Amino acid sequence: MVEEIGTTDKGELIINVGPQHPATHGVLHLVITLDGETVRKVEPHLGYIHRSIEKMSESLSYRQFIYATSRMDYLSAHINNHACAMAVEKGLQLEVPERAQVIRVLMGELTRIASHVLWWGAMAMDIGAFTPFFHAFREREMINDIMEESCGARLTMNYMVPGGVMYDIHPNFHRRVKEFIAQFKRKLPEYDELVTGNTIFRARTRGVGVLSKEDAISYGCSGPTGRASGVDCDIRKVQPYGIYDRLDFRQIIGKEGDTYSRYLVRMQEMRQSLHIIEQLIDNIPEGDFQAKTKAVLKVPKGEYYSRVETARGDFGVYLVSEGGLTPYRIKYRSPGFSNLSALDHTVRGQKIGDLVAIMGSFDLVIPDIDR
Amino acid sequence: MTTEALITVMAEVAPDAVVDTAGEWPNFQVSAEAWPDLARLIRHREDLRFDYLFCLTCIDWKTQLTMVYHLSSTTHRHTMVVKVKLDRETPVIQTVSDIWRTAEFHEREVCEMFGVDFTGHPDLRKLILPDDWTGYPLRKDYEDPVNMIKL
Repeated sequence: MVEEIGTTDKGELIINVGPQHPATHGVLHLVITLDGETVRKVEPHLGYIHRSIEKMSESLSYRQFIYATSRMDYLSAHINNHACAMAVEKGLQLEVPERAQVIRVLMGELTRIASHVLWWGAMAMDIGAFTPFFHAFREREMINDIMEESCGARLTMNYMVPGGVMYDIHPNFHRRVKEFIAQFKRKLPEYDELVTGNTIFRARTRGVGVLSKEDAISYGCSGPTGRASGVDCDIRKVQPYGIYDRLDFRQIIGKEGDTYSRYLVRMQEMRQSLHIIEQLIDNIPEGDFQAKTKAVLKVPKGEYYSRVETARGDFGVYLVSEGGLTPYRIKYRSPGFSNLSALDHTVRGQKIGDLVAIMGSFDLVIPDIDR
Repeated sequence: MTTEALITVMAEVAPDAVVDTAGEWPNFQVSAEAWPDLARLIRHREDLRFDYLFCLTCIDWKTQLTMVYHLSSTTHRHTMVVKVKLDRETPVIQTVSDIWRTAEFHEREVCEMFGVDFTGHPDLRKLILPDDWTGYPLRKDYEDPVNMIKL
């Protein structure tokens, strides 16, 4: 990488943030052009953790390639796996048992809460409040424990397989989730007291980093980042998958498109996810947790695209099969990659201190961007 | 717009397009010359309004490269796929980053991974790979004894 430091002809200062920097939450490298304290340009340099998962997937079987995707957006591992499993199921025309469908959605929504909770702590920390991080990790720990019991892992679960889920849920699952619901309901108002209503937080985020609806669509922004700008892009609503069309929940859409509105959308989404979990936890149907499949899967020749809503937005798996044992080509459409492309546009003209707040509100996960 | 209606409108605006309805969404295969004008038209035409380019990628078919554009409309809620075949030796196509801004990053990725040249793109430097990288890793005949692990 070329060393880019110095000043431009106009006397603007060029500085590097990252690849290792607490505000980038991972190995993201930003080359920033500054005029005094005002940001003129931000240029992301990617690839520090590029593993070419797309190329790897071309030599992995239809059961194996799913595991690599847990390592992309590691905070939405379940939901990534879900998209991959769905792409294979589309190809094989597999019917997933009802019990597996419900477990998938339950796990997916728990993942979403865990991801948003972590983001909430990290976002507050970016702005200078350290305490929320510990509150966030207390609740996240409960979810990780639930995951550990049922899936055998806390972060890269690899629980979704073509046709259902890998094992049945743990006998403690029901009780643990109930405990979590009670705890989280008690603690959510505390979150609002700590951060949402805080005067300093509001002053730092309101009207900062406004992304208009037109720009959000043009840049392909999705997830809470797109919805805060008023785009109704929740895949669970616009192109429902699994059993989402039968569930009662709202798509949270903001108006202002600023940092505060991106914050509010995620806070509301946690409540919606909790609402979904409450609907399902007492109604997990009996039956198989996995459809009967052949030991070796062969997806018929064709193209299959599955879309899901991860904690960061529209995640797509574009699977091209030539009928062999491995995919011919797989493209992962990662929400973070498109959201990041809007960063430069959003921060131009803002102060360097606000860059950190705006980046926090975009909720970037770097392995998801690099893939 | 329903798939049938979409195919009718597309037959009107792109009579030379090859239609394929085998998949989930209708596929239209157009030539690289026709694509820039068609892209502008489907983005702005009132009853089409394909404003959301949610996936842009390329496939190496060993004899040719195929660009794949997944488009949908946030107002009309319809989706379609546009494909453009490119010559594998000299793959050149007009950029769409001025129509859909998200294409800027996606095209940079396709450029370094497949070697497609996007004319009119504002900045085609390497995005993910190191600046001195040679070869196009996502092509099927790419070999790299150091960085690639054969399974």
